[in-house]
Amino acid sequence: MKPAPFAYAKARSLDEAIDLLATRSEARLLAGGQSLLATLNMRLSAPRLLIDINGIAGLDTIAKTDGKLEIGALVRHAQAERSPDIAEHAPLIARALPHIAHPAIRNRGTIGGSIAFADPAAELPACLLALGGEIDVTGPKGKRTVKAEDFFKGLFETVLEPQDVLTAIRVPAATAQSRVGFAEFTMRRGDYAMAGLAASARADGKGLADARLAYFGVGATPLRAKQAEAVLADGKIDAAIAALDDDLDPPDDIQATGAVKKHLAKVLLGRVARQLLERRA
Amino acid sequence: MSAQSCAISLTVNGDPVSETVEARKSLVDFLREDLALTGSHVGCEHGFCGACTVRVNGVIVRGCLTLAVACDGARVETIEGISDAGEITDLQAAFEQRNALQCGFCTPGMLLTAQELLQQNKTPGRELIREHLSGNYCRCTGYQAIVDAVEAVAHARNGGKR
Amino acid sequence: MKIAADNPSALTALDRPNSYIGRSVPRPNLARLTQGRARFVSDVTLPRMAHVAFVRSPHAHAAIKKIESTQAAKAPGVIAIVTGQDLAKIMTPWVGVLTHLKGLKSAPQYPLAVGRARWQGEAVVAVVARTRAQAEDACELVEIEYEELKPVTDPETALDPKTPIIHPELGDNLTFERVHTAGDPDKGFKDADAVIETTFVFGRHTGVTNEPRAIVADWNPSEQRLTAYHGTQAPHMMQNLFAKHLGLQEHQVRVVTKDVGGSFGIKVHTYADEMATVALSKLLKRPIKFVADRIESFVTDIHARDHRVKAKIGVKKDGTITAWEIDDLTGIGPYSVYPRTSGIEANQVVNLVGGPYTCPNYRARARVVFQNKNVMCQYRAVGHPIATAVTEGLVELAAAKIGMDPLEIRRRNLIPDDAHPSQGPSGIKFEALSHHAALAHLDAMMDYSALRAEQSRLREKGVYRGIGFAQFIEVTNPSAAFYGVGGAKISAQDGATVRLDATGAVFCHTGVSEQGQGAEAVIAQCLATSFGVSLDRVRVIMGDTDNTPYGGGTWASRAAGIGGEAAWQAGKALRQNVLAVAGSILQAKPETLDIRNGAVVDAGNGTERIGLDEVARIAYFRPDTLPPGFQAELMATRHYVPRKWPFAFTNGIQASYLEVDTDSGFVTLLKHWCIEDCGTIINPQLVDEQIRGGVVQGLGAALFEHCKYDERGQLLNGNMADYLVPMAMEMPDITVGHVVTPTADSELGAKGAGEAGTAGAPGAVMNAINDALRPLGAKLLTDMPFTPGKVLQALGRVP
Repeated sequence: MKPAPFAYAKARSLDEAIDLLATRSEARLLAGGQSLLATLNMRLSAPRLLIDINGIAGLDTIAKTDGKLEIGALVRHAQAERSPDIAEHAPLIARALPHIAHPAIRNRGTIGGSIAFADPAAELPACLLALGGEIDVTGPKGKRTVKAEDFFKGLFETVLEPQDVLTAIRVPAATAQSRVGFAEFTMRRGDYAMAGLAASARADGKGLADARLAYFGVGATPLRAKQAEAVLADGKIDAAIAALDDDLDPPDDIQATGAVKKHLAKVLLGRVARQLLERRA
Repeated sequence: MSAQSCAISLTVNGDPVSETVEARKSLVDFLREDLALTGSHVGCEHGFCGACTVRVNGVIVRGCLTLAVACDGARVETIEGISDAGEITDLQAAFEQRNALQCGFCTPGMLLTAQELLQQNKTPGRELIREHLSGNYCRCTGYQAIVDAVEAVAHARNGGKR
Repeated sequence: MKIAADNPSALTALDRPNSYIGRSVPRPNLARLTQGRARFVSDVTLPRMAHVAFVRSPHAHAAIKKIESTQAAKAPGVIAIVTGQDLAKIMTPWVGVLTHLKGLKSAPQYPLAVGRARWQGEAVVAVVARTRAQAEDACELVEIEYEELKPVTDPETALDPKTPIIHPELGDNLTFERVHTAGDPDKGFKDADAVIETTFVFGRHTGVTNEPRAIVADWNPSEQRLTAYHGTQAPHMMQNLFAKHLGLQEHQVRVVTKDVGGSFGIKVHTYADEMATVALSKLLKRPIKFVADRIESFVTDIHARDHRVKAKIGVKKDGTITAWEIDDLTGIGPYSVYPRTSGIEANQVVNLVGGPYTCPNYRARARVVFQNKNVMCQYRAVGHPIATAVTEGLVELAAAKIGMDPLEIRRRNLIPDDAHPSQGPSGIKFEALSHHAALAHLDAMMDYSALRAEQSRLREKGVYRGIGFAQFIEVTNPSAAFYGVGGAKISAQDGATVRLDATGAVFCHTGVSEQGQGAEAVIAQCLATSFGVSLDRVRVIMGDTDNTPYGGGTWASRAAGIGGEAAWQAGKALRQNVLAVAGSILQAKPETLDIRNGAVVDAGNGTERIGLDEVARIAYFRPDTLPPGFQAELMATRHYVPRKWPFAFTNGIQASYLEVDTDSGFVTLLKHWCIEDCGTIINPQLVDEQIRGGVVQGLGAALFEHCKYDERGQLLNGNMADYLVPMAMEMPDITVGHVVTPTADSELGAKGAGEAGTAGAPGAVMNAINDALRPLGAKLLTDMPFTPGKVLQALGRVP
């Protein structure tokens, strides 16, 4: 289908983007557009104005400062895939990136777009949650930082207000003790996950501390499996898997029933737990 | 300022183009309808089939998920231009020899995607070739002939070394 | 009949020098496809062309109470808003029935719904505008008041008295029923040592051609002629139907088919929205273009394969199969599709079950019922995937039950290779098949015993791999028995007109058409060989009813066997004509001459006597130098239709080797093999690639593809994210081998090969999955597609 008609404006600065968002009630930001334009092409949504932010300078850098890695919202997935900084300082993200869609999509899709769109079956929101990351947002009242666990509210719903612009994400840089794990089940390469798990932890002697298990594809938002996390710290993988019964209650969707998703979530924990315990980040 | 139609200037296959285009028009529709470059195809309009693959500023993108107006100032290349420039002659020959195309609808997208792979990786194995092409739908060939053709070209470009 | 080398260079005894028969030459004219210079119908633009978009019913079953289009008519760019009532005035409805399917009934179908919408997605109102986008904008402004009716969406209850009848005038929802009994199945089951019963379910799926359906209809009032640029497989059939339903003479209609972006049977049917487009062009007196977008394709392209088959097999301890029984229920759409009917798929299932085997005891019932869902009709390998999966599933169940190797049970039951001509349990007639040779070839090619050993070793490590087989037969080269006898104006014959042009090249006009399978190349190879020129001197014209012999087009794997034979014969006839001219020029007896490599030569020693260009020059420009009373005829037309056999059956066997992750239920396809006997092979590479492409469509059916409907008749997954087509990463490499048993019904001896891959692959995968899981005591998996959820359920890992 062709999209319903809309107006287009190219923002030259963040302030201009925020002002433009105020001019029309149904305005949307256009970054990579890989999710937005697909929904417009199916007429699932009909915004009146698209504000192109691709030209705003300074939003596409990757930099490590003060023990954190900051990734600009306009960093393309492909750019992130090639980044030695991400490979070294955010290995969980590096591991997730090749699973996102396909090369042509990754050439345009942005890190910020993926977080803002908040598809519950997408990889990056879960990675952000698993790493205890934070999100920089600029709105009409200025700049604020939101923790990942406070950011995702519901199905495709975040704390972003209609006039907000997500400008960067930040994650703690990996240390020698960092452990990460990632696995997902998809019917085909690049599909949205039927169930996926992004995990991080800190090696603590022979065990793990600060385990963070962020599931995707099993609920309306990425979800931390907190009961399982607590048990995993003791190194008891089987008990952690059993604890998932208390953490997860996935709804049915077009791909799989909730029961299948929960089962897959358990299988994922078995595999990812081994990654956390055995491998350096 | 916002507008329902915008004037854009870009290069397409090396030629300067200046047109006024509706904001909602996709890049692939612009190329096909306004410039009569029908070598890029429309198969789904939701980014899954890859038949619309073109190059913008040197990288492959989905022409159906790119707005023409967002390409103001961009360098766009389509199968016609890339083919005429002689950049993929060996890939085209390998596809023809190996019958890595049947109806030909997916072929321009496949060629551009394969070319990008070979530019990034000189010695891709079959699994990596399949992975890189995993976003390009072909209903006719079942993919094996395409993988064979890309593998053969990689080998040849590498001077016959693996 | 012999086993062919896997990469043969020349296969047949068709005695022509420089023969192209059996050569894997690259297809000519591929450069336009690799350079982006193809001409698909979706590329066609004409002066004053307008675009149509359709307002489609959101309901599966509803009365159309009111259509309000005043607002829509004022929208920018709108040219016309047209309803079913408007079009009914200029286009007659059609009914998809044929007389040879006894009792088949259906109701008239209109180009736009009149009075009632009967499936979600049915076109109700047509909006014509200057651009497609404007037409879609105006569609949103059309207001239609519907009164929802109870939809019929469960085939199992379609015939219950309480279920609404979709077409009350028909009396019930039964489209077609066929019963067949052969031999003595009751005795067969009584004599069996074991009787195995199960139910197979096949998920409805669809073709997803990469280029959607497309048509540009151009009614020219000054010529009173309609030209339809149409991505169809059967140009002459569509010419006939457009004329018939618009009240035109057939010669007032020209159908032009250029490049077609995939078809697989999807584009061989009559679609209401395409007929509407043609009618709109006549109404509005200008070209109208319709290209189905992907979303509307999912709810309007024909679906296929929605079957539930209860099946039973009787087997003795020594492996002898004693009886077959099936009860097939299939739910189609609200109409039997025109003109080929939606009864054919079920009819084929009844025809084909048990086909490769000697057991004659067979009972079958098939019922086709109407549903308020998208229409269903012939899609690649029509009925074969179901019949093959059912038969081969039963065979391997029987083998497992008696503890026999699955290849061994087949050896004991397949029709012997020297027992032909023979017939199947349904009475279908086989000229000559090679089941045993094919099986032996597969056994060797896949190194079966080594794979079994590997499977064993890995099982001990908790890795579960499976090997599954599917023996198959395949309908190709259909005679008039397929459609013509039932009253369809579908040509079983085909023709080729060849001409020597003024410089010695050869033009061939043929009634078969191209959708990527290589029909053009195959025709060229046949003609080049029988006439005597190199391939680069042959030009093939196809896909134009004004400029090709009246023919059937390409479907049911007929282009090589039927179209190729016509081209072969025409080449021979033209050679005779040319040699008559050459003979009169050279004062030599034509029978002492031949044409080889583009020149007239001495047949005995091959010496060149005169070039073809010289013969042409004299015939065309200097006929004054030819003997009086002699008329040069540098053209020839020959037709061909199979007469001795209703169908040229091919046969083969496939094997799937896969691994099941018993933790996650995911299946990884490791390898696939197919041995195919399609008679004389004209171009081995093209045949192998047809097999590969067909196999992958079958793998899609086995693991991925399913049109999911809810009880309200809503298609839940009609987009590329949720309807899963096979992509490169999940597909295995496929090894193809051949046995060659030519048909004697033609000189070339070529049978068809286009659909065999799809026929056998789903059954082979099903058998492999069950083989993998059998030692774990898993429940049998017989419900395609075999998703991870279903595998986990079979393993008892989820409820």
